[in-house]
Amino acid sequence: MSHLHDPAFLRGMTQPRTRREAFRIAGLSAAGLALAACGVQGQKAAPPKADAVKDYWSKQTKHGRVVFANWPEYMPEDQAPLKKFQSETGISYQYKEVIQENAEFFGKADPVLRAGQSLGYDIVVMTNGVQLQHMIQLGYCVALDHSKLPNFAANAGATYKNRAYDPGSTYTVPYTSGVTGIAYNTKYVKDDITSIEALFDPKYKGRVGMMGDAQEIANFGMIALGVNPEKSTEADWKKAGEKLKAQRDAGIVRKYYDQSYIDAVSKGDIWVTMAWSGDVFQRQLAGEPVKFVVPEEGGTIWTDNMLIPKGAANPVDALMLMDYLYQPVVAAELDEFIQYVTPVPGVQDILKEKAAKATGEDKEALEQMVASPLMFPSEADYAKLHTYTTLTTQQEQVFNPIFQSITQA
Amino acid sequence: MKRLTPYLLALPSWMWLAVFLVVPLAAMASVSLQTGNAIDGFAMTFSFSNYADALGRYSTQLVRSLWYGGLATVAMLVIGYPVAYWIAFKGGSRKSVYLFLLLLPFFVSFVLRTISWGFLLADDGVLFGTLKGWGLLPADFHVLATTVAVVGGLTYNFLPFMILPIYVALERVDPRVVEAAYDLYASRTAAFRRVVLPLSLPGVFAGVLMTFVPATADPVNAQVLGGTGNTMIGNIIQTEYLTNLNYPTASALSFTLMAVLLIGIFIYARALGTENVLEAAAR
Repeated sequence: MSHLHDPAFLRGMTQPRTRREAFRIAGLSAAGLALAACGVQGQKAAPPKADAVKDYWSKQTKHGRVVFANWPEYMPEDQAPLKKFQSETGISYQYKEVIQENAEFFGKADPVLRAGQSLGYDIVVMTNGVQLQHMIQLGYCVALDHSKLPNFAANAGATYKNRAYDPGSTYTVPYTSGVTGIAYNTKYVKDDITSIEALFDPKYKGRVGMMGDAQEIANFGMIALGVNPEKSTEADWKKAGEKLKAQRDAGIVRKYYDQSYIDAVSKGDIWVTMAWSGDVFQRQLAGEPVKFVVPEEGGTIWTDNMLIPKGAANPVDALMLMDYLYQPVVAAELDEFIQYVTPVPGVQDILKEKAAKATGEDKEALEQMVASPLMFPSEADYAKLHTYTTLTTQQEQVFNPIFQSITQA
Repeated sequence: MKRLTPYLLALPSWMWLAVFLVVPLAAMASVSLQTGNAIDGFAMTFSFSNYADALGRYSTQLVRSLWYGGLATVAMLVIGYPVAYWIAFKGGSRKSVYLFLLLLPFFVSFVLRTISWGFLLADDGVLFGTLKGWGLLPADFHVLATTVAVVGGLTYNFLPFMILPIYVALERVDPRVVEAAYDLYASRTAAFRRVVLPLSLPGVFAGVLMTFVPATADPVNAQVLGGTGNTMIGNIIQTEYLTNLNYPTASALSFTLMAVLLIGIFIYARALGTENVLEAAAR
């Protein structure tokens, strides 16, 4: 620390530069500027040609190892499904919980993939939304070889095979889905909340949590106005923006949250909030006074998807692991832990059988899971659930400022 | 050859500066003048309007950041100076223990410390829950999600960077100089005001520099502790970079922030008359 009080250090920081020095520094920067003036290359990718995909996969071989990058709390702690995969196939795995947020992950991955380098992961999991769209548009995903995904073909639900953001599952297969709805703290809120209007109710002034993510909050603004987000137009976004701005200006919103909303609502800092289903369900099982509802006006459903990033070292092994997770027994084991919506409908029956054989607390928990509309939504539930809007790059430049000017005022 | 030796020895640091400071800065300056989007690519168009647009949209957050950074720096000075003074003059043989205690929280990551503050300040948490239980605070009293929480968090997080330089400056003050002041009939106040304080000003200067700059640019405290109207410029830059992939706007904002901070620091150095202060310290 001695340099901190060194007069020479401070003098260097504060003394005026001579004119000649200033020119020299400017010259140096100009050289750098010339270096950098060539701009940032765009890499918009054309849709893959069938031949090219076939050609790519014909050159790949099994390497006996795979690196799986996923979100936290998305795998049982003992990693049993992965261990079984290893003993059955002889492929050793590394499991890394390195993805916390789509934007942050994409921000880190983009320069690496843009430079044509490998991320060091063979499978990554990303939510459908702007960043996944960018991954696909920029050609950062390897087109999948569906002849090597027989379990996916046999066991995935129809909704999960046909997703608007990745038609024909060209680049991705679902890992799990979840619902965005409303959670409330039953210690403070005595009424049964059923409507999205609760989030706009002056009764809960300063006790309402909204999400900071532009897509999430836009969807709820539009649903509150009776607009289907999937079919929304620019005019709808503006109207939703006005509604959400009025909600903020009236002091109803306490804060625009990221993942931290779940702590805030279980502690009672906020009483009513936008929420993700699995979080609330896990807290409920832990005995906290929180309840989740899909508002009668509707909610949203999102999906976390597995994909193989460009430059992955072990694509064949990655494809085998993806397909392995679509065996109903394996999917059931996963879902029992993560408690979101599984893309494999057969899981419900397996958990039902397991509940019939189990006893005591286990039985109770399993029965709760099987009956939960948050883990196994019915047709009527699905009808109320909207997906994210798919935006073009031009639309994004209109969409984002409308909602970010509310969440980041 | 002998004449060249010092330059050769300094070469690695010049290379370091060139590669890790000048080139990235130049690249950022270049990007800040480009237009386009992340999918189709950006092209250099020398659009200085990027700066005007960015400032037009985000001047509120920029001014707010400077205001919060300033408030936090003043708070740190008010809290930190007495602490540094006490450790330097009254710490005795336990000085290093006190310094260690001061640094102890810094063995935990910055973000975690801020989140812990969130727990501490929760509406019905350890602190306010108890006070509310005793009826000392109204039930809807809260600090989280307010300006107080954000400025408080900034103050807490950067405090050691204020205390340490002041401590180092005070530690070097020769006790005999103070004694001499008393011998010349200075009162305790006068001795402090005319002898100790001027001698410690370089430390104060360094402390202010090392806290005001990071506090103004910090995105973490506003995100974790702030509410609907506490967004700082750091959060905006983060969103523009990572979420919107709007590299030109983010670069323009970063440069504006840097320029504003540099100008502020130079004015501050002039106002404080650093040169004179340094002379006093060197004597």
